[in-house]
Amino acid sequence: MPNVEEIKQRIEAAIPGARAEVEDWTGGGDHFKATVTAAAFAGRSRIEQHRLVYDVFGEEIGGPIHALSLKTLSPG
Amino acid sequence: MSDTEQNQIHEAIAQAISEHDTILFMKGTPDAPACGFSARTVAALQALQAPFAAVDVLPDPRIREELSTISQWPTIPQLFVKGELVGGCDIVMEMYESGELAQTLGVEGDGADDQELGDEAQAVAPGLTQIENRLG
Repeated sequence: MPNVEEIKQRIEAAIPGARAEVEDWTGGGDHFKATVTAAAFAGRSRIEQHRLVYDVFGEEIGGPIHALSLKTLSPG
Repeated sequence: MSDTEQNQIHEAIAQAISEHDTILFMKGTPDAPACGFSARTVAALQALQAPFAAVDVLPDPRIREELSTISQWPTIPQLFVKGELVGGCDIVMEMYESGELAQTLGVEGDGADDQELGDEAQAVAPGLTQIENRLG
């Protein structure tokens, strides 16, 4: 079962320079909400930014991670 | 499960995306969404009074599988405008709030319009039936 800390660490490890704030949306351990800030997002569309994060988890999205709601930002 | 059948589903989805200016793949129907994310996305489209076609992915898991192969996007809902993936619930809501969604959809963009929601779902029915039939 994924947890908030594991999801945060995996995003930060996979996307160079990323900072992630993750919360368990429902308390059930399968609906998460993440705000991710990364220089890597600059110049990319929202779709591409979200794909970068989804790609960290691959098939787990829709599986053990039922939902990962995202907000992506590039550092201002 | 036959590959031919899977290919037919793939083709039907690709065709539906190209045939409809605005098409939403969702869980459930606009009148009865089966998931909060789908419900919010439908509500945003309806608030802008944007006509859209809708496809329920729930009747056959292969619809979702093939859709994700086409879109390279793992979650439902997925909104396509003029053949391009616009996003899922998070992106659609962000764009709704910023006014970009109205722009993308080519509709007048004051989301504050407080007219009753729901009428637009009618525009959905023909597309929905057509696609469901095709997806067998």
